[in-house]
Amino acid sequence: MAKTIKIDKQQWQDNFSRLLGTYRVIAPQVKDDVCEFRKLAEGELPELAFANTRRSPKAAVFPQTEIMLEYSLDEHDPEKNIMKPATDGFPLTAVVGIRPCDARALTLVRLNFDTPEYQDPYWLGRYENTVFVGLACDAPDPVCFCTSTGGGPYDETGLDILMSDRGDFFLARVLSDKGETFLETAGWKEPADDDKAFAASRKTAEEKIVSAVPNDRLAEKSLLDLHAAPFWDNIAFACINCGTCTYLCPTCWCFDIQDETYGKKGVRMRNWDSCMFPLFTMHTTGHNPRGEKAQRVRQRFMHKLKYFVDKYGQGVMCTGCGRCVRSCPVNIDIRAVCERMNDYTAETEGA
Amino acid sequence: MREYSDKIRQVAKSLLESGRVDMVIGFTDGTLPMKSVPYCAGSVTAADKLVIDAFSGVNLANYLTGRKEKIGIVARGCDSRSIVNHIVENKIDREKLVIIGVPCTGLADPQKVARTYDGEISAVVEEGDMLTVSGSVGDSRIEKAAVMDDCCAVCVHRNPVISDEMVAEPVPEQEGTGRYEVVEAVEKMSADEKWDYFESMFSSCIRCYACRNACPLCYCPTCFVDETGPQWVGKGQDEIDVRTFHFLRAYHCAGRCVDCGACVRACPMDINVRLLTRKMEKDCRELYEWEAGMTSEKRPVLDVYSPNDPDEFIR
Repeated sequence: MAKTIKIDKQQWQDNFSRLLGTYRVIAPQVKDDVCEFRKLAEGELPELAFANTRRSPKAAVFPQTEIMLEYSLDEHDPEKNIMKPATDGFPLTAVVGIRPCDARALTLVRLNFDTPEYQDPYWLGRYENTVFVGLACDAPDPVCFCTSTGGGPYDETGLDILMSDRGDFFLARVLSDKGETFLETAGWKEPADDDKAFAASRKTAEEKIVSAVPNDRLAEKSLLDLHAAPFWDNIAFACINCGTCTYLCPTCWCFDIQDETYGKKGVRMRNWDSCMFPLFTMHTTGHNPRGEKAQRVRQRFMHKLKYFVDKYGQGVMCTGCGRCVRSCPVNIDIRAVCERMNDYTAETEGA
Repeated sequence: MREYSDKIRQVAKSLLESGRVDMVIGFTDGTLPMKSVPYCAGSVTAADKLVIDAFSGVNLANYLTGRKEKIGIVARGCDSRSIVNHIVENKIDREKLVIIGVPCTGLADPQKVARTYDGEISAVVEEGDMLTVSGSVGDSRIEKAAVMDDCCAVCVHRNPVISDEMVAEPVPEQEGTGRYEVVEAVEKMSADEKWDYFESMFSSCIRCYACRNACPLCYCPTCFVDETGPQWVGKGQDEIDVRTFHFLRAYHCAGRCVDCGACVRACPMDINVRLLTRKMEKDCRELYEWEAGMTSEKRPVLDVYSPNDPDEFIR
């Protein structure tokens, strides 16, 4: 049975000062009314009374811009043009206040960055050096649908600690050695008996998830039928092809590799990229296999709700965080699209 | 504005039925409260879903670009001025358009509405000047004027400048709205203060390009930030590249922007990108007495040269 520790909110400042000596702490902060995960500075505390942050905290392990290699272009440099690894050493990091949907999302993203053939040193380097201190969702947003995607407001997947807010204090379930070390570093050690309380809160929180998104039949659908379904043009009509959905999404992992030079130095970096952008699939010949908006919209949903399902057999590549639903400028709602795909049969709806 | 919906449906149906248009572009209700979304009705039945209300925050001219069909389009003041831009810039054929004019009474800002309500909002219904907000803590009625979208609050062209069929009598135009107060505040800053101001303003940009893509003016086949040979702008989160995108985009819109505010409403990070285009708009008005999208008889002001053009600012 997992150990539980009581975290008193009164002494947070001291505890976080101690943590900052060891960890790069990334936690929700409010700036100009927008709640986002940011690096905590001395004296700052996490803002934990929030529904969810605008962006997921995926940048903690997958920065929007990551310098991978560096090189010299100096004629007099004997090592000219030789690519050398360039990282910040993947500092020991604590993501505090991560929601269960976002922590679970990283375990799905891992399937892409950690395969038998390839182990991405950057993503894994950061992931392994990060402790994920989760915060259970006692007041989920109406568009959240984590319980439909295999998770839940108290889901422990991918977490090292799960905290539950009890007013004046948190109860923290210790789920790994990394979590244990984090609590010791902070100086939180008062044991608590929690199991009944946790179970009750979990049940109450799960009942507050009002969005149900059926996705049980996606695996059995014919990929080609879904690909050829007549509804894509309609779904895509309003889409403006911006990157909001993909950049806010905790499970979108696509990137683009670029070289940039500054005088006699150069770096190779990777940046987030988005399947919504025409450039994403542009060939050097000028041909674009996804030159039309509807093709790109279809790609995003097919990847999350069909290709991923078929490839990994671990459900959909979506954890129901609701960000794309809330922030899409034209309200393209993955819940409605998923339901449509799940219900689709070529015989009844097809042309 | 919700009360215009019936009339819009009626006009749309008659246009579709008579074959004057192949489709009508307007708005329909979204899946969330305070979210009306662009919608294309291709049949009389589909036209039943057309609505318009205080939460129809997208510029519909964006959906016309380059289309060849016969199209009916719902247009408020800002949409209509963007349509004029499209006509002038040859992005759409006026002959193929039927413009359904809507005298606009302004949008409500969903974030401002949310701040007036101490609970979870499940629906907001617009009736005349009032909004009824319902949700977890009961119903509350607020005046739309109190939660007006920042852009609509200073709008001086609510009525369409071009239309084929109006759904109602024109509304009175707003006057003395303090249109450029925010711009003037920035103009008064010192160079250092401006630098800090813009640095902070763009620090949260994630380069999703929602502002650009929501803009009817941004129809370039390849945007300068997407050019690859040569690549004009870096792709990373380098702050210089981020600012280059925003400043250059604003300049591309100079003399063309109608200040519809679609860019700001699309931004997922609440960046006031409209501030830049409004500065361009202010300069065009002051230097050239030019307002974009008011007539299809003239080329955009920065598209033409006249020996009498003011030049004090470049001497």
